[in-house]
Amino acid sequence: MEICRRDDELEISDLDPFLAELLRQIPTSTNTEDSPAARERLFTAPAGASEKEICAEWKLYVEPELRRLFQSATETVAGDLEQLDGKEKSVNNCTLRIPMQHADAWLNTLNQARLAIAARCNFTETELCDHERSPIGSRRDLSLFQINFYGFLQEFILRETTGVMDEPTG
Amino acid sequence: MSWRASSTDVLDEKASPATVERPGLEKETRGKEELDAPWQVVVHNDAVNLMTYVTMVFQRVFGYPREKAERHMLEVHHKGRSILWSGARERAELYVQQLHGHLLLATLEKI
Repeated sequence: MEICRRDDELEISDLDPFLAELLRQIPTSTNTEDSPAARERLFTAPAGASEKEICAEWKLYVEPELRRLFQSATETVAGDLEQLDGKEKSVNNCTLRIPMQHADAWLNTLNQARLAIAARCNFTETELCDHERSPIGSRRDLSLFQINFYGFLQEFILRETTGVMDEPTG
Repeated sequence: MSWRASSTDVLDEKASPATVERPGLEKETRGKEELDAPWQVVVHNDAVNLMTYVTMVFQRVFGYPREKAERHMLEVHHKGRSILWSGARERAELYVQQLHGHLLLATLEKI
């Protein structure tokens, strides 16, 4: 896989079928309906339990807005990923181009996906810091790989949007 | 109370932080806000959000220069939490809403 910026686009080329499939799974990974833990992480309380009024108003007014925000970002990403449609069974590597104006949507959606997967799998901090874990021998290993792969993409998008080289994940 | 969304431009200031210092606070003390009980915006550590992403969010939401945003990020990372801002409740609510929009763990706390 190669990743670079070309003018107003981010280009991920030479994508093998495995990584292309992981990219296709970004939108579905953000779905929290099957996981109370994921839902709880994406929609956390804004204050301690003693602040009942704040928490109640948040649920009423802010959560729906956050849902719309997250959904809109996910739809933008899903739209970009349509470039990969029809290539599921191809053995040839493919290319994905992301317009720079979609960078924020990608950052948000990748973050949703990473947080939802981590909550769903209940990963420990030690597991999350193990970036060299291999080979992928279980669904859990694959989920961890997904989190790290999506994190790598986030880092690249951040670097291209802020123009600064940064330290690795924490 | 009014929960509203807004945004600020991203600052792009370069810095090279070496140690973790306690970051300074921006305190609102003018006009009517002076009469309000002060609240603080606290960001809590989580193991998933990237350090670079958290720094970028602090720059965007609070308009902090990169160096200050990084100091707060490192405080979150090493101490588990950082107070990003303190002042009137309405504005603190707005900041917390924006931080949640970026999926950070943020809470409002009465001082």
